[in-house]
Formats: sequence, structure tokens, C-alpha cells
Amino acid sequence: MSPSEMFPVNAGSSVFAARGAAKGEHEADITELPIKVSVRNLNFYYGGNQVLFDNSLDVPANRVTAIIGPSGCGKSTHIRVYNRIYELYRDHRAQGEVLIDRANVLSPSTDVLELRRRVGMIFQKPSPFPMSVFDNVTYGLRLHYRLSGSEIAGRVESALRRAALWDEVKDKMDKSATALSGGQQQRLCIARAIAIEPEIVLMDEPCSAIDPIATAKIEDLIGELKEKYTIVLVTHNMQQAARVSDFTAFFYQGRIVEFGTTRQLFTSPKQKQTENYITGRFG
Amino acid sequence: MKPRSIRSRRFVDRAVKVLSVSSALVGLVALAWILYEVIRRGIGAFNISFFTKAATPPGVPGGGVANALVGTLLMTVLATVIATPLGILAGVFLAEFGKRSRLAAAARFASNALIGVPSIIIGLFVYGLLVVTTGGFSGYAGAAALAIIMLPIVARTAEDMLNLVPDSLRESALALGAPRWRTTLGVVFRAARAGMLTGVLLAVARISGETAPLLFTALNSPYWTHSLAEPTPNLTVTIFNYAMSPYHDWQRMAWGASLLITAGVLLTTISARALLRGKI
Amino acid sequence: MRTRPRRQPKADTFFKYLSAGCAFVLLALIAGLFIELLRGSSQSLAKFGARFITSGAWDPVRQDFGAASSIFGTVVSTAIAMLLAVPVSLVIALLLVELAHPVISRIVGTAIELLAAIPSIIYGMWGLFVFAPFMADYVQPVLGTKLGFLPLFQGPPMGIGMLTAGIILALMVLPFMCAAMRDSLAMVPAVVKESAYGMGSTTWEATRRVSLRYCIAGMVGAVFLGLGRALGETMAVTFVIGNSHSISASLFAPGNSIASTLANEFAEASEPMYASALIELGLLLFVLTFIFQAAARIWLRSVGLTERAKG
Repeated sequence: MSPSEMFPVNAGSSVFAARGAAKGEHEADITELPIKVSVRNLNFYYGGNQVLFDNSLDVPANRVTAIIGPSGCGKSTHIRVYNRIYELYRDHRAQGEVLIDRANVLSPSTDVLELRRRVGMIFQKPSPFPMSVFDNVTYGLRLHYRLSGSEIAGRVESALRRAALWDEVKDKMDKSATALSGGQQQRLCIARAIAIEPEIVLMDEPCSAIDPIATAKIEDLIGELKEKYTIVLVTHNMQQAARVSDFTAFFYQGRIVEFGTTRQLFTSPKQKQTENYITGRFG
Repeated sequence: MKPRSIRSRRFVDRAVKVLSVSSALVGLVALAWILYEVIRRGIGAFNISFFTKAATPPGVPGGGVANALVGTLLMTVLATVIATPLGILAGVFLAEFGKRSRLAAAARFASNALIGVPSIIIGLFVYGLLVVTTGGFSGYAGAAALAIIMLPIVARTAEDMLNLVPDSLRESALALGAPRWRTTLGVVFRAARAGMLTGVLLAVARISGETAPLLFTALNSPYWTHSLAEPTPNLTVTIFNYAMSPYHDWQRMAWGASLLITAGVLLTTISARALLRGKI
Repeated sequence: MRTRPRRQPKADTFFKYLSAGCAFVLLALIAGLFIELLRGSSQSLAKFGARFITSGAWDPVRQDFGAASSIFGTVVSTAIAMLLAVPVSLVIALLLVELAHPVISRIVGTAIELLAAIPSIIYGMWGLFVFAPFMADYVQPVLGTKLGFLPLFQGPPMGIGMLTAGIILALMVLPFMCAAMRDSLAMVPAVVKESAYGMGSTTWEATRRVSLRYCIAGMVGAVFLGLGRALGETMAVTFVIGNSHSISASLFAPGNSIASTLANEFAEASEPMYASALIELGLLLFVLTFIFQAAARIWLRSVGLTERAKG
């Protein structure tokens, strides 16, 4: 029996009751907010197998949009289209449009390298590169820019501070990044991603391989990062979505079932399926 | 921040990709060229006498490499018969008994070292050990040299394949009351059989193409083999001798023998790998 | 019930000692090999001592022998082979792991396996009768005219010689290194590669800056593997290196490697001192390859990798 079955109270609503108004929480009607990413009729295929069906979604700028749903429902597949990382695999195919600032990034004329500079990605398993902490953070900087030594040092410190990691690694900048703890490694990956000033940061279950204390730190971080970046957070942890996000999309079997403000989705979901998932009847 | 030119980054990337494809093409072309020449020049030497007669002096028609073929087969079979049981048992020791044993660690080290020894040095070793002591070159010495080359390969393959067998299989057999030796020879072997057989086949393919270890052990001979206790004709040293000679008909036969060896080695290698892929 | 348990241990013990004995044979062989080489070269070691390594003499008539020309040939041909084969192996491995369509990967992969299986003497035949004339007619004249100001490319384009030997050696070593490098590169976890590409790297950037650093240990191991094979390669080199005990600055010149000297001359070495000098050459080659193999294995073990048996 899951905890949600034992306490037949909406899991999300209890979080809302507990937390009150989150830091910087906006209740604005979505039609008034600028849209950063607009997905239009996205279909996705693994070989001959279709896994995403007619996804359409508007991701507001400078907000945290969570994507929740049972495992295997296509959440990760969906955001992996935004930075076209799926193109690494031969038989993965996307059909439809993903508009970032109203330009379709799936069109062949889009420069993928530039796209990936603008759209950062944090993966489920922390993936520090086999080099020092410093070199990890400067990886993207040295890839895309020509910088002097002092400029680089300044940007590294800034990125690490914004990732809430500076104090913990400032004496270990030359040490191998793989020597850091799991939570530190993930924050390092975040620092690495934001060092090149992306516009969007995609997070694919960033805390599922991290201990709870480190998870809490990262969740605080997400709340701060949205000031500068648009965050899309895939998570299988509903409470996390409720804690951290402004908007939530519920995915089921490759389709977007419902999308709305987080408060609305968790307290009064419009679709029966959404309600079933949130109250723990499946998933 | 000054951006780095995406054009130059993509250019370098494309250049590397072009290099990759070209290099692969060079490899393919080289293989095709070698196989083409071996087949073309080798077939030119094929006729009935080639396969049925022994060597004749240069300029005398009707010669063949039949005696060398027989000699190679004899020595290869003898070497296999010696090295396979020895190698498999050594592999068994390393895998089944030798996890914490110092002998096993030393033997494993020796096995790796032996695999790295150039085959001509093995020939030198057997020369000192068998040829000098018995007073003459012999097919036995040749087979011994080939066996020494085979042995560590078979041992290491056997060890690797036996290690792949899960312990649960061993434990089940032992729990039923089977003695250790029967467990190993029966249950564990059967599970590792395909892999070990592949290893042996690959090793056989390898030694059948070897020349250097036979140079000062079996030497060569233009006559039919009557006894392995004398210099024994073989395909590889024949190729060497004929190729280095100034006679065109001998050089042509060298190509014929080369085609024979290449066909044999490649067919054995391909079937061994197909066997492995089929079973695993 | 009392006798059965006692019978088992006997068969088991016999089995254990039998297999231990076979394992011991391996030890005996490597030790015996070293001892035999020492014994056989004792005459030469006693007569020439350390200057055997530095002396360029090779005179069977006056019984004056030195390893320098053979060592030179071994080193130079191996160096040429490695210079050519290492980068080529790397980019082919990259092709197989990152770039190629699975069908192409399988074709190229099979071609590599076949190249590895072809015996050394076949490379020698092809080298002597096909490739050396090709070098003499098409490649060396061009190199001689374009780059002839360098002493490396001076001298008559005979076809056989150091350069041809190096190129054929590269071809022989390539498949082994390429397979090892491919295996290494394939072990980089997908999430690390995706992170590198996700930052906006091109294929080469992600490979050079991240993947190669991740599997550098295996890469170095692959290079050691190739090096060991190149040093000991005999028949192919013997066919095309030209069999001349000379040290020349030109890559077109003929030479000798330790292995080719042995292959060419041992069968006719009638005098004991001649034979002993040749065996001492063999001892040198043995020590050289042994050191490289041992260094490679120590390196791999120190970074946590072990070799896999390849038939």
C-alpha cells in the first residue's frame, strides 16, 4: 500500500497546505506570461514504435515547469527533443515543431551546436567529466568562447556560486570532479551547464540518484535559478513537483493529459486520470 | 565574451570524419588488395600435380607442395594434441583452484608473458632444447614449438571461459554431492564448451600460418615425410624458401601455397568466430 | 557411508595436482626460455659484453658481431609503424563507435578481424611481390622528388627497405590496436557522452575532450599492445626490409631488424660464435618485448583494467 493509499488525501494538496506561498510563487494566468518553448504536435518514434503522441505544450519563460507521470510514459523522451539530444541515436525520430522564441529548432536549418548552448541539460545520473572541478565548469566556456584567464576564473566562480557549490569546492578546484559526493557532482553539472548562460535548463529527474539532504539543496537551487533561466523539470516525485514548480504537465502513455498551474493541477485536477495519478491510484 | 567560430569548429569536425572514413577505406582496400593478389597469383599455381606431388628441382615441371601440406597437417595436429589438454587443464587450474594461489598468479603471469614472446624466439628456444640435444632438426621439434605457441592461448581462453560460468552452477552440482573433478569436467565444461572450442580453433588457425618457429626446428624438406624425427616439409617454410629463390616456377608455387594457407586460416577463423557468436 | 567420502578427495586431489602441474608447465616454459637464451648467448656475452649493443659491426668472417644495426632496424621500422598505425586506429575506432551505420560497422569490423588473422608470411609475400614494386614505381619516386632534400627520402627507390617494412608493419598492427581502442571507446557511459554533446560539442570535440580522457587507460594499453606486436614481427619484415646490416638515414635504404636477422641467418650460422651472437640478439628481443608487455600489464592493472583473452 502506498502512503497515498493509506492517507486518501490528495498528495499535492497537503504539500500546498504545508508550504503556503512559496518563494516568488506567481499565480498569474498563463495567457499573460511570455512563452519560452512552444511544442506543437510533437510525435516521436523509436524505430517503428511511436512513443509520443501529438504533444502540445507552452512552457512559460522564467518559471519552473514540472513534467510528471508514471515511469515509461515519455517524460524524458519529450524534453530530450528540446535540445535534439535524441539525434545521437540512429533510429530515434521526431516529427512536429518545437518553437523556442518562436523559431522551430527541429528544422534542419537550426544550428544544433548553438541550440545546445542555449538549452542546457542535467541528467538523472550525475555525469562529471573525468577532469578537475575547474575544467568541468570551464568545459562549455572553452568550447564556445575565447576568454582570457581572468575572465574565465570570474565566470567559474560566478557559476559555482549560483549553483551553491562555491564554498564547498573553492579549495578543490584542481581536484578530480569524480572525487566529489553525488550531490556535489550534480551541482557541479548544474554549474557547468549555467556557466555558458543558457536560456533554458532541462532537468531529467536530477535528484533521483541523490541523497535527501543534497536533494533539498538542489530543490532550493531550482527555485533560485528560475530568475535567470526557464526550467523544465522531469520528475517522478510528485511532492517535489508540488514543492518546486510553478506549472505542471501530467504525462500518461506518451500523451499530455493535463497542463496547468501546479496549484490548480494538484488541488483540483480537471482530468480523471490526473486525479487518479495524484492520489496514488496508480503509478 | 568573444564566441569561437562555429564554422571552424565544424570544419575540424568534418575533417576528422573524412579522415575516419578514408582510413577505414584504406583498411578495406588493403584487405581487398591482399586477398585479390593471393587468390589471383595462387590460383595460377593450382593444378593436379600441385596437390599430389612433392617438390621437384627448379625448372622441372610437375612439382607440387603435397609433401609440405602433409607435413604441416601432421605437425599442426600433433601440436594441437599436445597443447589442448595441457592448456585446458592449466586453464582449469587458474579458474577453479587458483583464485588465491601463488602458483596461479605466477602461471598467469607466465602465460601472458609467453603470449607476448615473438614466435621466432620460441623457435630459438626449441632449437636449443630439442634440436641441439638430439642432434638434428625434426618434425617433433617443429610440433613442440607450435605447441608452445598454442599452450598459453588455450590456457588463457579456457580460464576466461570457465570464469564466465556462474558460481551458482558449480554450487548446485556440488550441493548434489558430485565430487569436484566431476563437477568441473561435467557441468562447468559443458557450459564453457563453445567458448573453449572457439579458443582452440583460433589458436589452431594461428599456428597453421606460423613460419618463424619452424625455421630452425622442422626446417624443411623436399621429400615426403617418413618420420617426424627428421626435417619435415611444411607449407610455410616452403613459401619462404621458394619466395626467396630466383626461380619463377618456385615463386608461383609459393603463391599457390600462400593461397592454401590463407584460405585455411581465414575459414577456420571465420567459423570459430561464427561458432562463438552463435552460442553466446 | 564411511568409505565414500574418503574416495572423493583422492580423485579430487589427483585432479587438482594434475591441473596444477599443467599450470606449472607455463612457468617452466617462460623460465626455461630465458635460461636457454642466456645459455646460448653466453659465448657472445662473454666476448663482446656491453659493446654488443653499440657496435654496428656484423662480420661472420672475422667473427665480429654487434647488435646496433639490428636494433636500429627494429626501432625504426616499429617507429614508422606506430606513427602510421596509432592515429589511423584511433579514427577507425571512432568511426566504429560513434559515426558509422551499424551495417558499415559490421563490415569494417569484419575486415579488421580478417586483417588480423592473415599470417605474417602472407603479408611478406604480398609485400615483396606486390607492394614493394608499387612503392618503387609510384610512391618512392614521388617522395624522392618532392621531399628529396630531406636525407630521409634520398637514395634509389628500390621498393624494399625501411619505409616499406614500416608501412607493412603498420598494416599488421592496425587491426589489433583498432579493436582494443574500439572496445575502450565503447565503454564510455552514454550519460557522459550525452552530457558532452548536450553542452554543444561536435563529435570530435566530445571525443577528444571527454571520451578519450575517460578511456585513456585502455587507449594506452592498446598502444602498448601494438608496440609489442610490432617489435616481434618477423616474416613480413624479413621479406621486405632488405636484409642489410647497415644503419642509414634514408628510409629507402635496406636494413635489418633483430627478428629478420635471425630469420635470415640462423639456419646457416655454422660457427658457434656466430650462432651465439644470433642467440644474444634473440635474448635482446625477448627482454625488449618482455619489458614492454610487463609495463603494459602493470599500467592496465594500476588503472583497474585487465586484458581479455583474444584468440
